[in-house]
Amino acid sequence: MNFYSVRAIYMFEMARTWRTLLQSVATPVISTSLYFVVFGSAIGSRMVDIDGVSYGAFIIPGLIMLTLLMQSISNASFGIYMPKFSGTIYEVLSAPISYVEIVLGYVGAAATKSVILGLIILVTATFFVDYRIEHPIWMFSFLVLTSITFSFLGFVIGIWADGFEKLQIVPMMIVTPLVFLGGTFYSIDMLPSFWQGVTLLNPVVYLVSGFRWSFYGVSDVHIAVSTGMTFGFLVLFVGLVWWIFKTGYKLKS
Amino acid sequence: MPPIISVQGLNKTYASGFEALKNLDLDINTGEIFALLGPNGAGKTTLISIICGIANPTRGTVTADGHDILTDFRQARAKIGLVPQELATDAFETVWATVNFSRGLFGKAPNPEHLEKILRQLSLWDKRDSKIKALSGGMKRRVMIAKALSHEPKILFLDEPTAGVDVELRRDMWEMVRGLREQGVTIILTTHYIEEAEEMADRIGVISQGEIILVEEKTALMRKLGKKQLTLSLRDPLSKVPESLASMPLTLSEDGRELNYNFDSQQEHSGISELLKELDSQGVEFRDLRTRESSLEDIFVGLVHGQ
Repeated sequence: MNFYSVRAIYMFEMARTWRTLLQSVATPVISTSLYFVVFGSAIGSRMVDIDGVSYGAFIIPGLIMLTLLMQSISNASFGIYMPKFSGTIYEVLSAPISYVEIVLGYVGAAATKSVILGLIILVTATFFVDYRIEHPIWMFSFLVLTSITFSFLGFVIGIWADGFEKLQIVPMMIVTPLVFLGGTFYSIDMLPSFWQGVTLLNPVVYLVSGFRWSFYGVSDVHIAVSTGMTFGFLVLFVGLVWWIFKTGYKLKS
Repeated sequence: MPPIISVQGLNKTYASGFEALKNLDLDINTGEIFALLGPNGAGKTTLISIICGIANPTRGTVTADGHDILTDFRQARAKIGLVPQELATDAFETVWATVNFSRGLFGKAPNPEHLEKILRQLSLWDKRDSKIKALSGGMKRRVMIAKALSHEPKILFLDEPTAGVDVELRRDMWEMVRGLREQGVTIILTTHYIEEAEEMADRIGVISQGEIILVEEKTALMRKLGKKQLTLSLRDPLSKVPESLASMPLTLSEDGRELNYNFDSQQEHSGISELLKELDSQGVEFRDLRTRESSLEDIFVGLVHGQ
């Protein structure tokens, strides 16, 4: 393992984050806070409790999940897309490092940033709603695992994308709808049984459900299923990254 | 001493079916400055990209300092620095940060003294805290060279280093390249400027349509190319070259009206004045005289088109 190389990529990516603090940290925190204000404090006070949890508290895990997914994907995809776009990728490709080290640097930095963001939002939420965390270790594990998993997906997207538009398509057109329909704002028990069945096809349901379980001990699907699905995604995306480097897809002619 | 870079039977066919390199063999000697000349699309950049790990070879082997570039890529690539043709820099980084990044990326422990030395050599020290986007094109080119040198490579590739660079920077760059060679760095540069190859290189290779068509010591090449021809148009045709001039490299045209004399313009003593004195004493008069020399450029164009 080439420690200095991994560190160089990691630090480079983290420096990019600090340089764009407003966009990379402030924006997601503010937009999530808006949800807390509108759905948590304002509308939430008129809503009945779900599974014994106040509505404002109920939506916190889902909203953090939304941020984690969006930010992991956009960070990791941007991180690897920019060098391709500007041409500086030549240096990474010509460096004496393996693909594992390249991925460790880029995905590690993107995941780190998502975890930090998740924690900031968690703290921010305390200003708007009361909530509890019953299983903090599980909560943190889900936070980290989801960040890593979707940073891998972001890395794949960043390599696949050949324009800025494609970078936006997956987070905006696929991830956002899946999160909104994945039980972020409601328990899937509240849906008619047919739609409950359909909803179970949405992979994000398992992520949100597991994450919410770590907060309140209640979930739509069993925690073991959630954990299994999260690892399933990780394996899938890691496999995709492995295939990309194996074939040199869009990186090397 | 074994060659520092050895390319054997290298073949590159792109997905489009275009064959960029055809069974290319090339050895680069340790410590030399090697100039790779060739027209656009000849395969110069493809060759460099493969050696540096940016493109995959279709067939063939390459070793750098004895390490195979595929099976032993860590060792091989650690030895190589690359300055690509395109100006590609991280616009928002400072000069210092980007050079530091490059050193780390190549697996070297931080060494601020070394980086300072490089930046000073390249007149970038004053700009170390500037963002790269604020620099001029020539300065950006220097930054790319600094990045390539940050990990103390034994081999440096300069792909068209002086394309679009002003005269002063070109002089500086030549100076720097010479300095690097004195430190034992092997330099491979590609260029369109024949003058540059002439000025810098120890050996010159010409690549055309994916094949190396010539590799020669520059001095040997210059000697060949340095040949000049003096043509004398005679007032009265001769039937043969006069006896007393037989030892000189003279040829007579078929009609006997032109006497051609080959000489070496690189030599101090061309023998022209002896020839003219002798002709005078023999009573051979001439109406006109002209000299012609083939430049490196002529030969280069001839080689490339003569295929």
